[in-house]
Amino acid sequence: MAMFIVKRVLLFIPTLFVISIVVFILIQAPPGDYLTILITNMRESGQIVDEAVIASLQQRYGLDQPLVTRYFRWIGNIVFRGDFGVSFQWNRPVSELIWERLLWTFVISFSTLIFTWLVAFPIGIFSATHQYSPLDYVATFFGFIGLAIPNFMIALVLMWLGYSWFGFSMGGLFSAEFVRAPWSYAKFVNMLQHIWVPIVVLGTAGTAGLIRTMRANLLDELRKPYVVTARAKGLSESRLIWKYPVRVALNPFVSSVGYVLPQLISGAAIVSVVLSLPTTGPMLLRALLSQDMYLAGGFVLMLSTLTVIGTLISDILLVIIDPRIRYERG
Amino acid sequence: MDEVSVIQEGKDNAGLSGAKLQASAERVYTASQAQLVWWKFRKHKVAMASLWILVALYTIAIFCEFLAPHSPRRYSAQYVNAPPRPVRFAGEDGFSLRPFVYGYTSGRDPVTLARVYEIDRESVYPLRFFVRGDPYKLFGVIPWDVHLMGTRENVPLLLWGADELGRDVMTRIVYGARISLSIGLVGVFLSLFIGILLGGLSGYVGGFLDTIIQRLIELLRSLPAIPLWLMLAAALPADWSPVATYFGITVILSFLGWTALARVVRGRFISLREEDFVLAARLIGAKRLYVIRRHMVPSFASHLIASVTLSVPAMILAETSLSFLGVGLQAPVISWGVLMQSAQNLRSVVQAPWLLLPGAAVVVAVLAFNFVGDGLRDAADPFSQ
Repeated sequence: MAMFIVKRVLLFIPTLFVISIVVFILIQAPPGDYLTILITNMRESGQIVDEAVIASLQQRYGLDQPLVTRYFRWIGNIVFRGDFGVSFQWNRPVSELIWERLLWTFVISFSTLIFTWLVAFPIGIFSATHQYSPLDYVATFFGFIGLAIPNFMIALVLMWLGYSWFGFSMGGLFSAEFVRAPWSYAKFVNMLQHIWVPIVVLGTAGTAGLIRTMRANLLDELRKPYVVTARAKGLSESRLIWKYPVRVALNPFVSSVGYVLPQLISGAAIVSVVLSLPTTGPMLLRALLSQDMYLAGGFVLMLSTLTVIGTLISDILLVIIDPRIRYERG
Repeated sequence: MDEVSVIQEGKDNAGLSGAKLQASAERVYTASQAQLVWWKFRKHKVAMASLWILVALYTIAIFCEFLAPHSPRRYSAQYVNAPPRPVRFAGEDGFSLRPFVYGYTSGRDPVTLARVYEIDRESVYPLRFFVRGDPYKLFGVIPWDVHLMGTRENVPLLLWGADELGRDVMTRIVYGARISLSIGLVGVFLSLFIGILLGGLSGYVGGFLDTIIQRLIELLRSLPAIPLWLMLAAALPADWSPVATYFGITVILSFLGWTALARVVRGRFISLREEDFVLAARLIGAKRLYVIRRHMVPSFASHLIASVTLSVPAMILAETSLSFLGVGLQAPVISWGVLMQSAQNLRSVVQAPWLLLPGAAVVVAVLAFNFVGDGLRDAADPFSQ
């Protein structure tokens, strides 16, 4: 058990290393580096930029160094000093910009995960135990629809309906008067009135997928001989289902954290643009469109790290829940 | 009709006449794997209907220039955000067999100053088929100007309304089908190639290589795809031609999308490797590659096709999302995602809800692919049950 966890954690480090290399290459990829853009911007705003300034800037950002040196300087600054570089668009350190937005992304993704579980769990069990009942068909139908509609489309339609029926805009996390207000009970309530929209929108695809997995797994379990044996021995139907098959079928809930989390964070990136949420998505998009690559790189690096940590946690949880996996992997 | 059920029920089915039963049973025994899969697939009603929808969609995509009523770039200030107008058979002077559309009268809303449209029952434009209209090049090569339907006066049909530049939404959705539906296929074939190569190697060679490839797949699957796609797409040079961007986006989508296929291939390879018929073939002295080609590939091809079908919708959705955000395909190119850009904010959706129609097209295509894929997956193993 301890060995397994140590092994997983050790694997976690090279994974992050590879991710950071990919992100760094992407930061470097667009034609014209950060400095060229900075100099152009300075020239445009009427400043006189002479060779000496350029040279000193070049040295400061290490642009005269080879790529490998630059990579280690970049990642070294992040790991040891929490310095992600400077966003030229905002003219502020990236680290100042990303934390609050990352926090919101985390809050929304996590709430969505909980929502997904709360909805998918009972519906999945019901669908499996009442196979081919009208409600099963309804659940299956919504499952397919939920998977087929792009998230941003659901967000758009919800916003449109909300606006044309109730006359209010569902965008954002707070009403205008609360955006800059300090935290208070009223602000919290206001947030709850807004936050369900992104949670429902983001949750649809995941819920649909989870219901289908839960249903399929439980159906497989229900056909197994031990269920027949238990039933033959006269166990009540509800005890029978809850005691063993549901427990086994629960695995996907835990193991799906590994892939649901990346999907949620991905989906959140698009949905939050439509709903104009204060999460990473809109800022990442703006950074990418204006080629503010250090900012974008910081976001992608942190989002990837978050997901890898999520996967790690779900792997460990899975081993704790299901002993069979523990013995398999040793 | 139901050759497969003959296998399943044939033994105790005394109702069928002996000769007939024998004839159809013989057909089953001599049928190829592909035929068996097709017979089983055919019984899945929803999947069959979806297959027809897909055929229709791809036909539209192929002949989009002829099927679309207009040129997709034809704009007119007169019809900015004009609402959809239905095709009618019955009008003021009774029923007419030839369908027609009414004209618009437009004015300005006194408060918001936005253009508002009223149906004008005075002007009637009969719908004509195979009518001459905007010139185009069929398949981008053959110059022609005949459209499936239109009006003799060549007024914009606007059956699904007009966008913010007064362009016909239906025309643009029909054109968008070509890019959006093909990008899914091209992307899937690319990822299929990578998936078979790496998945096959992983499953067949095993050992150290298997470990490395499996770690790589795990790594790629644990990344949040859309931020990475966004970043990759933003790294594409802005001065690339539309065609180059198209292929760039496709490569990006398949670069991250091959992992699922590789897993399927590897899993199949590993389980088939242990099968008796593979062992038998090896014992007779068949060469490795021959065994793979002649015995292993045919028995997992149907599973592979099912997985491929199920991964097309993901590609279509990805393209739509990227283009919607403005980092995928760009404006002169017409794809469903690019069309969705004009519905990006609440104001334009409230003003012209029909701008969401390209999204509906996406949903239809994705649903159809999902159902066909599901049907194929169930039919992939014709000997089961």
